[in-house]
Amino acid sequence: MNWKRASIAAATAAPVIGLFAWGLTRDPNNIPSPLPGRQAPAFALAVFSPGQGRLTRPVGDTVRLADLKGKVVVLNFWASWCLACRDEHAALSQMAATYEGKPVQFLGVLYNDVPDKGMAWISEMGGQSYPSVDDPGARVAIDYGLYGVPETFFLDANGRVAYKNTGPVTPGTVRLKVDSLMAAAQSAASVTPSATPSSAPSGAMAKDTSRPSAKAGSAK
Amino acid sequence: MTRLVASNAILVAAAVSALGALLTPIAIHKGRRDWLMLSYAAVYTNFVLVTLATLALVWGLVSHDFSISYVAQVGSRATPTFYTIISLWGALEGSIVFWAWVLGMYAAAVVWFNRHREGNLVPYAAATILMVALFFHILLIGPANPFQPVVPVPFDGPGPNPLLQNHILMAVHPPLLYLGYVGFSVPFAFAVGAMLAGEVANDDWIRLTRRWTLVAWGFLSAAIIAGMWWSYEVLGWGGYWAWDPVENASFIPWLTATAYLHSVMVQERRGMLKLWNLNLMVGTFVLTILGTFLTRSGIISSVHAFTQGTIGYFFLAFIAVVLLAALILVAGNSDKLGSEGRLDAPLSRETAFLVQNLFFTVFMFTVLIGTLFPLVAEAVRGVKVSVGTPFFNRMSVPLMVALLFLMGVGPALPWKKAAGAELKGRVLPGVVVGVLLGVAALLGGARNGYAVLAYVFAGFALGVNAAEFVRGANARVKAHGELWVTALMRLVSANRRRYGGYVAHIGVVLVALGVASSATFKTEQEATLKPGETLTVAGRTVRFKNAWGREEKQRQVIGATMELMSGSRVVGIIEPRMNYYPTQQQPVPTPEVRSMLSGDLYLNLMAFKQDGSNITVKVIWEPLVPWIWFGGLVVCLGAIIGIWPSRERQASRSGSANAAAPPMTEGRA
Repeated sequence: MNWKRASIAAATAAPVIGLFAWGLTRDPNNIPSPLPGRQAPAFALAVFSPGQGRLTRPVGDTVRLADLKGKVVVLNFWASWCLACRDEHAALSQMAATYEGKPVQFLGVLYNDVPDKGMAWISEMGGQSYPSVDDPGARVAIDYGLYGVPETFFLDANGRVAYKNTGPVTPGTVRLKVDSLMAAAQSAASVTPSATPSSAPSGAMAKDTSRPSAKAGSAK
Repeated sequence: MTRLVASNAILVAAAVSALGALLTPIAIHKGRRDWLMLSYAAVYTNFVLVTLATLALVWGLVSHDFSISYVAQVGSRATPTFYTIISLWGALEGSIVFWAWVLGMYAAAVVWFNRHREGNLVPYAAATILMVALFFHILLIGPANPFQPVVPVPFDGPGPNPLLQNHILMAVHPPLLYLGYVGFSVPFAFAVGAMLAGEVANDDWIRLTRRWTLVAWGFLSAAIIAGMWWSYEVLGWGGYWAWDPVENASFIPWLTATAYLHSVMVQERRGMLKLWNLNLMVGTFVLTILGTFLTRSGIISSVHAFTQGTIGYFFLAFIAVVLLAALILVAGNSDKLGSEGRLDAPLSRETAFLVQNLFFTVFMFTVLIGTLFPLVAEAVRGVKVSVGTPFFNRMSVPLMVALLFLMGVGPALPWKKAAGAELKGRVLPGVVVGVLLGVAALLGGARNGYAVLAYVFAGFALGVNAAEFVRGANARVKAHGELWVTALMRLVSANRRRYGGYVAHIGVVLVALGVASSATFKTEQEATLKPGETLTVAGRTVRFKNAWGREEKQRQVIGATMELMSGSRVVGIIEPRMNYYPTQQQPVPTPEVRSMLSGDLYLNLMAFKQDGSNITVKVIWEPLVPWIWFGGLVVCLGAIIGIWPSRERQASRSGSANAAAPPMTEGRA
């Protein structure tokens, strides 16, 4: 028995096995977005679905990110052909209504779709409480590095991306993110009139969730 | 009922495998050879039980028994019966059942053919293969159990993944792959058996498994080619190889196995490279398991998404156990594996094999490292990277070109030492064909150095290998006065292994020519056409006639009828389609390929107006791509020639007493 050779061989194999064991704890498809912590890309998009009640914006109105300064923005990219968007629709619509009157703006962005189909989808789903804008040519989606739909970006009051959610959002996630962003905005406002960027809790929240949606790709 | 039969069959098979494997060392230790018959019986029983479980699963699929979890997962009443049957390997659990069945079949066959052999090699090999079988049974009982009850029983299921029911090759590629992958369990088990039995110094484990290794290699080669073809015919991108981890997983063990097929001849002939061959075989088996692990655990990002779960940990544990056990065994036996001979001259076939092995090993590590690099990078630097085609192409093209050259050098060189004059005669045809092809490539417009070299060396290898047939046949004509064709047939059948190898070489040359040509001269164009408009690519014109749609049982089909033109005459109809499956949001592209000797006209429907007023179509001219598939067939033909039992061997087998004699009479390359 040549134990020297055996132990050299085993010593070579061990780190490889260790690497695989570690790798099993990772999700290779989870590619973190570089956006959290950075200024959100600007946009100016026209409303095609007005929303309901006091959240209404008239159809054709242009929504600019710059005009939403001071508000927490929940930017939800969706499409009528997207199945996972159906799962999150009620949660988003309800949460938007809950935050009515607070400095929060929910906004839907239609991705790779036509407004007519978007409208049909909204009425099929029983309405959408907040307005949706169209993104012709998916230009804004490209700016936001969209990987698929649905993806939801939470922007703080200073227009920075605080958090990105991939796949359908849950009411809990929305409440957690929006509340903490509102709290951060308030405390920043109470300390100094002009909010300092460092006070935003982006560091702690610059995390991507895993991707539970049906975009895992195709099998061969 | 079906479910219970199947899951109990697997449970019993697991117990039988474990008992059979345990019994072997006990029987040998106690000197009870009669007990060994029991462990052989365990191998046969295992096969019967796994066959039962496999048939039960197929029956469950065909009878739409949605109380079985696997059927509920991949079955659907709308799926045609043919695709229902082949969805046996359409998802993880079914694939593992199929794997276990193939393994059981190989085990039963190899034990049956070697049941009369004296000594402890075959019993230990049987025990090893039973241990491997046990691992797969554990998978089937644990993380990949296809026979779980479903309550309440659904009325219908989602059906298999649309991509997997869109082409006939889905019936061909996976079984070939499993037959190849699993086949390497046989030589591996014999290698381990030889080490356990202390018989590693003689070459019996190699002789007894020579054909089995070639069978596995032939299936794996065919599987790789069929996988390329499938990807080419189904995915609509006009390519056949993307260095995706799943493709690499099948290619990596192929590289070590190919190296083994050559280096093993040096051992048989010269008594050298014994330790190396043992390592290559153990390595090939570990790499098949590693490949399965990489693709099935979800550890590496791939376009092929498989179900993920705890199965990765099981595979990892298995790899760790196999690696550790094999390493200890190999190291423990390494002192017995000294070389009997030594290299006599730098210009000899041994040296060519040695260099070839070096290149294949470097190739294997290149692909392996490229595949694993994203994992390493994340572990070491915490960054996400992806290693794509540019890396693999840059690294592998020089290696492939060099291997093409060696494929011409090896057959031209004799064993031990080459004599100048004879060598010249053997190399000359290669040089002529190589120069001709190189000039043709330059005239055709190839300007990339490696591309031109690929043509030159492919021609060189073609010339040398083909000349071997001519030379041998001529010699026979001279010696025996036979007809040339008869001489050729007898030449091949008297030295099946050698000439089978040359046939395989010629097949590889055809593949290489197809790959080089499609990489160098491919042209493509995309256009939006109204009815009556034409598009010309590489001198071939197609005209858009009309778009249409139709309902099929399990899908909706949108197609475009394109007319292939010759002047103003319509000489053919090509209909690229898009198939819409209800479970899939996006359509499955279904390109249509018109194959000619000189290449493929590849049409893919990219988009269409709903009213049929225009379509967007991609037309690709793919020169010599059919040669790849044909070359693959030739490679398999070579393997079959090498496997086919020769008359001398059959005669000598009947007398089992002189078990050591027949290999000496076998044709040797």
